[in-house]
Amino acid sequence: MGFEKLLFYIFAAVTLFAASMVITRRNPVLSALYLVMAFVSSAALWLLLEAEFLGIVLILVYVGAVMVLFLFVVMMLNIDVATLRARFIHYLPLGLIVAGIMVFDMFLVLGPADFGLDQFAKPQSQPADYNNTAALGQILYTTYLYQFEIAAVILLVAIVAAIRLTLRHRPETKYQDPSNQVRVRKGSDRVRLITMPAEPVPPSLTATLGATHTEMTE
Amino acid sequence: MELWSLLPVPVQSLIATVLIILPLLGVVAWYTYAERKVIGYMQVRIGPNRVGWRGLLQPIADALKLMMKEIIIPTQANKQLFLIAPMISIIPALAAWAVIPFDAGLVLADINAGLLYVLAMTSLGVYGVIIAGWASNSKYAFLGSLRAAAQIVAYEIAMGFALVGVLVAAGSLNFSAIVMAQQGGVWHWFWLPLLPLFGVYYISGVAETNRAPFDVAEGESEIVAGFHVEYSGMAFAIFFLAEYANMVLIAMLTTLMFFGGWLSPFQGIPVLESLFAGVPGIIWLLIKTFFFMFTFLWLRATFPRYRYDQIMRLGWKVFIPITIVWILVVALAVVFEVSPWWSATA
Repeated sequence: MGFEKLLFYIFAAVTLFAASMVITRRNPVLSALYLVMAFVSSAALWLLLEAEFLGIVLILVYVGAVMVLFLFVVMMLNIDVATLRARFIHYLPLGLIVAGIMVFDMFLVLGPADFGLDQFAKPQSQPADYNNTAALGQILYTTYLYQFEIAAVILLVAIVAAIRLTLRHRPETKYQDPSNQVRVRKGSDRVRLITMPAEPVPPSLTATLGATHTEMTE
Repeated sequence: MELWSLLPVPVQSLIATVLIILPLLGVVAWYTYAERKVIGYMQVRIGPNRVGWRGLLQPIADALKLMMKEIIIPTQANKQLFLIAPMISIIPALAAWAVIPFDAGLVLADINAGLLYVLAMTSLGVYGVIIAGWASNSKYAFLGSLRAAAQIVAYEIAMGFALVGVLVAAGSLNFSAIVMAQQGGVWHWFWLPLLPLFGVYYISGVAETNRAPFDVAEGESEIVAGFHVEYSGMAFAIFFLAEYANMVLIAMLTTLMFFGGWLSPFQGIPVLESLFAGVPGIIWLLIKTFFFMFTFLWLRATFPRYRYDQIMRLGWKVFIPITIVWILVVALAVVFEVSPWWSATA
């Protein structure tokens, strides 16, 4: 138990550290990388809660795919820190208001009345052969089937909408269509062999058979 | 055995980890030698033949040379990230081995979600490449890392879907259970009912490890050496190690999921089964793994590099539809208990 507690404190500290670095770094790439660190350490926290499926999927989906795409975009941004700083004061009041509302919300949810060990029962630890993944699948596909399907359809709509909004055919870009290239067949599409009768050679040239090329074509 | 159980659990894990990592690093070292030798012979050359008998000590000479070299950090590079990047690429490559079973019961961590764990670990490797490219403050390195990021995201989806097929077929995410679900000789292994998924998985694995013909992230004829162009000495060697460790891992995973892992191919064949009964499972596992490791080299010596848009097309427009269709086929086959793979008795 002691070792588990130690692990919890280590990962909790790393999560807090990384999360605060996310919002204090000037460089957005560093912020994104710290966000990755926060995801990994919170996945470790979930593992400590015996939610191994959620923990691993957090790494797989958010760290392995979402943040890679995120970094992909952020790395290509050319960010001028000076303009960011100039706007800082401009947006400060709005930011403070939003932050105030958030803090108030958090206080309502996590206030002293609803916080503390007596409010949250210790989750029962399952035997070693308990399969978290199967249990989650069982619940998702039976009890919460409709909710699950509705969420899936909403995501599908979002995907289609996002693709439709960003798909632009620009005629000026020179783009090779691989499917056209793949469709090229070995014979007729590459070389066209034609049969034609031999050209009659003018009698004046038959005498000088070793004539140069330019003369031949006349 | 008694002495072993007397040891405290962390010490047991430590010893087991060392017993996995050290042979793995040995395999990786001589895999680089095998690559140069095999490709050499395929191109009618001899390959390395100066250090040791037939050049067998070449990997040691290379390692010594790389250790002696200076690690140059480019000016304006982000020094911390520049040095962390190789570590980020090697750690997941080694950590994934924790759940790999080498024989029945011979596994460091026999966890329920082994398949997911491996997928998560292999998806972390790309951070090493991305961070290296960005932190180097070099255009070529940056281009390499952008290419790697887009490519890995594309192929990871196909890879994940191929694994979903394996999961449906085996009914478990645990590697030992996946292997045991394939019992009964060559024709019971999953390569046959999951043939399209096997193809997609292996090719995605080649793409995921940035190997030829998918090596655009380090395409030497286009962007010098891609993401590791600014690295030298041991920092470069670590990237090299990670790439080869990942190749061995992909070969091993292909064996476990599609070729029956440590199971003997002669199961169920009257005479041959008893003849080869004494061969330990790990030998079969290694033979199969070495075959797929050889295939990596074979592919590299055979095919020219893909063009980038062709890579994207293959990943998104060919592999993902194939895997989705075949997951459906496998699910139906499991529901209707198609024999011999999913008959009710098995």
